[in-house]
Amino acid sequence: MKLQEYTESKHNFEECMKCTVCTVYCPVLQVNPLYPGPKQAGPDGERLRLKDPYFFNYALKYCMNCKRCEVACPSGVHVADLIQSARIRYDHSAPKLRDRILASTDLMGSLARPVAPIVNGVTGLGITRSVLDATLQIDHRRVFPKYSGRSFERWLSRRSKEQAAFAEQVAYFHGCYVNYNHPQLGKDLVKVLNALGVGVQLLEKEKCCGIALITNGMSEQATKQARHNVGALRKAVVDRGLKVVTTSSTCTLTLREEYPNLLDVDVSEVRDAILTATRYIYERLEKGATLPFRPDFHKRIAYHVPCHMEKMGWGVFSERLLRMIPGVEFTLLDSNCCGIAGTYGFKKENYEAAQAIGAPLFEQIRTVAPDVVACDCETCKWQIEMSTGFPVQNPISILAEAIE
Amino acid sequence: MRFDTVIIGGGLAGLVAGISLQKEGRSTAIVSTGQNALHFFSGSFESLEQAPERMKDLFGEAGIRLHYSPGWRLMPMGSFREAALSLEDVSLLPEKHFADKTLIVGLPGYLDFFSGFLADGLEREGIPCSLRTLQLQEMQALQQGPGEMRSVAIARLMDRLWEKVVQELRVLLKDEDAVILPQVFGLRDASIPDRIRQGIPARVIFAGTMPPSIPGIRTQMQLKRRFEVLGGTYLAGDEVVDAHQHEGVVHSVVTRNLDSHYLEAAHFILASGGFYSKGLKSNPFEVTEPVFGLDVDYTQERSGWYAPQFSDDQPYLQFGVRTDEGLHALREGAPLQNLYAIGSILGGTRPEFGSGAGLAVRSAFAAVDQILENRV
Repeated sequence: MKLQEYTESKHNFEECMKCTVCTVYCPVLQVNPLYPGPKQAGPDGERLRLKDPYFFNYALKYCMNCKRCEVACPSGVHVADLIQSARIRYDHSAPKLRDRILASTDLMGSLARPVAPIVNGVTGLGITRSVLDATLQIDHRRVFPKYSGRSFERWLSRRSKEQAAFAEQVAYFHGCYVNYNHPQLGKDLVKVLNALGVGVQLLEKEKCCGIALITNGMSEQATKQARHNVGALRKAVVDRGLKVVTTSSTCTLTLREEYPNLLDVDVSEVRDAILTATRYIYERLEKGATLPFRPDFHKRIAYHVPCHMEKMGWGVFSERLLRMIPGVEFTLLDSNCCGIAGTYGFKKENYEAAQAIGAPLFEQIRTVAPDVVACDCETCKWQIEMSTGFPVQNPISILAEAIE
Repeated sequence: MRFDTVIIGGGLAGLVAGISLQKEGRSTAIVSTGQNALHFFSGSFESLEQAPERMKDLFGEAGIRLHYSPGWRLMPMGSFREAALSLEDVSLLPEKHFADKTLIVGLPGYLDFFSGFLADGLEREGIPCSLRTLQLQEMQALQQGPGEMRSVAIARLMDRLWEKVVQELRVLLKDEDAVILPQVFGLRDASIPDRIRQGIPARVIFAGTMPPSIPGIRTQMQLKRRFEVLGGTYLAGDEVVDAHQHEGVVHSVVTRNLDSHYLEAAHFILASGGFYSKGLKSNPFEVTEPVFGLDVDYTQERSGWYAPQFSDDQPYLQFGVRTDEGLHALREGAPLQNLYAIGSILGGTRPEFGSGAGLAVRSAFAAVDQILENRV
């Protein structure tokens, strides 16, 4: 029907039937009485905002952008996209200094890296945390991620010849976390892919995917970085015919979905080539490739599907890959948000809510008491480690440990 | 990715089929496009006269207690309907005149519970009612906040406050021998409704609210958890967009999220629901089944699709995909050998009578039995 083509609404908001199912699964609504909830903030509010921007409600900042409303919606409404788009369109207030700092992952990483031991020492001090709390409203109870003295980019670029020698190649969008905080995850990926006969290459100067900029009201900067990244991805995907793998579920969602849906940056040429490393590896194993698993590996693993992985629907690849490892006792944790949502849980005004949201997940982890929690998201990792004391590893790192 | 069975639709029919198969060691995936009709569930399986043992077992193992006590169920608007097999939240009454005097208790600011209509209905049966509103300090934040006063928001609060509610009710209760409360108890913990009943010296009835349904949400969560604990793969928020079929056999389906990664299986179950869930689609000229292009039973003339009065029997609710006796779905008149259609996509249910739940469970078992007979 021609007619329906013309009646399709942005983010499908006209499809909302007012069934309220999204409000059942919104983690924020369960703990924060100031948040109007996904239905009101999303499709209900959109009707009013289209009439008059006056109806924009600043309480929309309480949305964590976890996308659970979209996973629950029976009518295909992009509820979270509606909310984030409204923030981009109507919230013109200048971001706070704190939000600029939290969102500028590349800048902070570059500054901290050369003096990592000092930064790590200082951010670990109670006094620093009290000062940050008082001056910037970064909650003093929050444990900060550590910085690494050497960047992953530098580590891999020194091995570019050795990597280029493999018959097959992939490009790796490593993200800020691997580059500045935890290069070991990148090294683990290189180990696993090399074992499959695949060499790993850097993209030409990748920048932070920009999700923290989007959620902290800096969409212009995010759009610039998105255009830059799409250019770098095009060179790998279109010019050189490479797949691009990732180890962060949120970076993946941002590159594939948030760029076109929130920033209007076209990714059609590269989108299908961007895969989480677990999907890429699982697909290779399914086609007959093998990994040299250690015979003596044993681990009890509880897998937490990060919200953005749930939205992409790719948790199944990580789950199946982990179940494939000989010696693994596997538990799938219930679908719950951990509460941190990137920079959200670092903010003083959100700390209590973040911990309350994560409570059911933390409780289940304590009950299962695994050797390690597996999870594809770095901020979930910080949150779960801080809140439960159980170690959290990316499935790729577990895989790297399980092979010779 | 290969499974023994791929089920399209994660509602009651899909979950019952998935749990039954997974329990028999058949690797099963469920593709669920958003949440489902369990969120509107009355709590009664009205077309099942007596629960089959396997149904009691299946629900019991998921932590869901059912009771079979044929009688009357009090409806949200004060009418009565016959019901038998129900979740334990649902009170089934031996007769319409079930009390000499009733206390109907509402909650401040909660508009999805219709105390006045309930009182009218009961008074028609000769039961005098007193209406009260429970004053709870803890509800003020909810009333003053920007969010909606819906059943779920209140039920979350009641998971913590139900004991206080019992105390307050004991004060409000005078000479009434029955108390009617909105069904906003036991979102996480199914034992709460029963514990409330034990705490009050009168018959306690939980009357349905506007959706979402609290016992329905809990049932969905329990069944999904059970399916996952058994090792099933639940693909939430995904959608089957295409299917590969050849000479009457379905080989794989394509989903929006997994795109080029097809889901292959020996058997497929279509449990994608009716019009609301888009298991069936309509435009001004035809009614279609969008995934497989199955044959659909419907009146050709569009004017015959609906009755002018909303409350009349609506013909479109009888529309559904055609199957053979073994529930194999038909396409161009011929059955697809490994595709079973179950649940409300079959049509013929009457949502206002709650018959969808009964059909979902029965047809799910029928499909499962055939899959288990056909060893791969």
